[in-house]
Amino acid sequence: MNTLTPSQYLPETPPGRHFRAEKFDVGSFFFSGLTGLATLFILAILGVILTNIILNGWSALSWHFVSTIPKKDFFDAATTGVLPMIVGTTIRVFVMTIFVIPVGVITAIYLTEYAPNTSIITRVIRAAVNNLAGVPSIVFGLFGLGFFIHFIGKNLDTLLHHPSAVWGQPALIWAALTLAIMTLPVVIVATEESLKAIPPGLREASLALGATKLETILRIVLPQALPGILTGGILAVSRAAGEVAPILFTGVAYYMASLPSRLSDQFMDLGYHVFVLSTQSPNIDQTRPLLYATVLVLLILTLALNIVAILIRARVRKKMRALG
Amino acid sequence: MENYFEAGIENLRQQLLLMASHAETAVNESVEALTQRNYDLAVRVKSDDDVIDRFEIEIDELAIQLLTKAPLASNLRLVTVAMKISQNLERIGDEATKIAKRARDLSQEPALKINLDLPRMAFLALSMVKDALDSFVQRDSAAARAIIPRDKEVDALNRHIQEQITQHMMTNTDAIVRCLQWIVAAKSLERIADHAKNIAEEVVYLCDAQDIRHGQKN
Amino acid sequence: MADISLPKITATATAAAGPSARPLIQIESVSLYYGASQALKTISLPLAEKVVTAFIGPSGCGKSTLLRCLNRMNDLIDNVRIEGSIRIGGHDIYDRDVDVIELRKRVGMVFQKSNPFPKSIYENVAYGLRLHGLRNPAALDEAVEKSLQQSALWEEVKDRLHSSALGLSGGQQQRLCIARAIAIRPEIILMDEPASALDPIATARIEELILDLKKDFTIVIVTHNMQQAARISDQTAFFYIGELVEFGPTGRIFTNPTQKRTEDYVTGRFG
Repeated sequence: MNTLTPSQYLPETPPGRHFRAEKFDVGSFFFSGLTGLATLFILAILGVILTNIILNGWSALSWHFVSTIPKKDFFDAATTGVLPMIVGTTIRVFVMTIFVIPVGVITAIYLTEYAPNTSIITRVIRAAVNNLAGVPSIVFGLFGLGFFIHFIGKNLDTLLHHPSAVWGQPALIWAALTLAIMTLPVVIVATEESLKAIPPGLREASLALGATKLETILRIVLPQALPGILTGGILAVSRAAGEVAPILFTGVAYYMASLPSRLSDQFMDLGYHVFVLSTQSPNIDQTRPLLYATVLVLLILTLALNIVAILIRARVRKKMRALG
Repeated sequence: MENYFEAGIENLRQQLLLMASHAETAVNESVEALTQRNYDLAVRVKSDDDVIDRFEIEIDELAIQLLTKAPLASNLRLVTVAMKISQNLERIGDEATKIAKRARDLSQEPALKINLDLPRMAFLALSMVKDALDSFVQRDSAAARAIIPRDKEVDALNRHIQEQITQHMMTNTDAIVRCLQWIVAAKSLERIADHAKNIAEEVVYLCDAQDIRHGQKN
Repeated sequence: MADISLPKITATATAAAGPSARPLIQIESVSLYYGASQALKTISLPLAEKVVTAFIGPSGCGKSTLLRCLNRMNDLIDNVRIEGSIRIGGHDIYDRDVDVIELRKRVGMVFQKSNPFPKSIYENVAYGLRLHGLRNPAALDEAVEKSLQQSALWEEVKDRLHSSALGLSGGQQQRLCIARAIAIRPEIILMDEPASALDPIATARIEELILDLKKDFTIVIVTHNMQQAARISDQTAFFYIGELVEFGPTGRIFTNPTQKRTEDYVTGRFG
């Protein structure tokens, strides 16, 4: 038989045109065009922003700029630098990570592995986590001030018999903790997703071999969830690096003569410095390159932190794929 | 939705029943040809034997195909029993053909002047065949078991008839050839009864999953 | 030869092997409830030592549920209530003083969908051993090799023990799961439809393996494949809607079952 018998249910195909497209599919074309345009649009916006920043800030960017501790006058292009801000931003993100990852992971483990699904407590915790994600950053800053500094810090000073305020004032540790609380939902959600993605069969197999729940989590579940946890960390780092409001009352300083060396020290910050430069400047045109250069440094720093984290995650993934 | 496997099993049963009716007819007609000295009937029986042989081949083929589908329990027993019954039926057909051949030859010769109890033996053998086949159709294992001891009576009759004929041969040497034909015919009837008994034993296995061959008692 | 000695669950020794001896597993009037609905209805069943027992029955009849009672995997499900007793080696495994971890060392399990850990082949088999305290590398090597040999996988993987287990084919992965389960030398192996996800050749190898393992282990296998049960089991139990309908030697169950429901199921009239 050379020809196919036409289907009884479908509209007639003209003879000789089997399998060829009947007419131009406007819908598909339109839709793929639309999504392509949307992508281009987003890339264009990003491109415009970056170009704007680079063009304006390139002139002020130099090795001297990133390695100098500035004098009190930030606006002298020749002598100013952002080294303390780089250090401050990096350290606060780093300390935040040390707190947020363990707490977030443990919370996620509790929610996924231990909490009974129907219990009220579980639902309350989940609601709390979700709501935490929606709190404005400035509120976190105020919370940090009231709770960490005035409550914990002051009482710590009293306990340790400090004559003058050591912990009861803005400090690196409080800023980092405040940021940790702010980025907690991100880590919890990312960890939970990666835990849920692990097939229950693996847990069953481990338990059937005589492992306790804890052993199963430590030996099988967590290692498998590691890339997801790192993703959560990456997201937390990205968000925290650029946040200014939470650190406003909890640790950032307008000017520090030296780099921060203790957890009780205050610190300078790139994002805050941008704010300072743009609001305190005597001559906006002169300051603009410095401003943009600071922004550029912040972007590069965030990118660098992200790349480090992504590389770590890639290595973990590679190790997991290759062997056990 | 149809159960194709069940349909296959049912088809096997039907084929077996058809074969059985052909075999039963063959025995009936061959005995009639022998006792009525009917030449034409004898010839017809002989030519019909091909049909019975083909049935055996087809039933075996059907059974093998069903075995590939791994039947279990009663279905498994039916398939294996079907192969055995078809073999016994085919042998019954062969023996009927032998009787027909003797009937054909004897009808061309003058009748023997001897009062043989062959009609009774034929009747016993025929009823054993019929009852065995009925017990298969009805799946009646008690009826099947009742058939088994009847074989002894057929054997006894066969021995008696052989003695009678041997006696006659010794005194009527001109009838020797015809006597030998009769002995063969009687032997065939005795074999038919044996095969009927075998069929009855298979029916007992099919219904009760008990193997009572060779005097076994489970 | 390194011998992994693990503490025994009970002081009473099991009786000599053979179906006529006192059964290794004694299930007595076991009922199981998921909340209000009853999934198992007063099941009583003796399972003999070093024998393959098959649980057959239509979907939802409770055979997997009963299997999972034997190593208390049903404990993991919320809202489950169990009545009756299950004695293994004479000791009721639902007693208060029973350590579930110890129980699962003695009663291993292989699942329907093979679930090797995303680790190397070696680490998969060694997992249980490490878990229960075996650290000596030489002893581990030996135990891993022995398990892989006993599960007919050694020849295929001996040159790539440290490559990922996920690179194995489906049939190999399931044999790996069996090796992993037998590495800690349980007395009993529970198998929940171990070959149902495999192609016929892989299935045949698993069946061969089970016949071989029978020499050293007591095996209980849930299967929906009756021909498989007929091929490899010595005893068969037929379940229907939570009840035990019939239990007996496999040969008899599949040629001449005593219960009509068994006959109907086995000849394919339902299920």
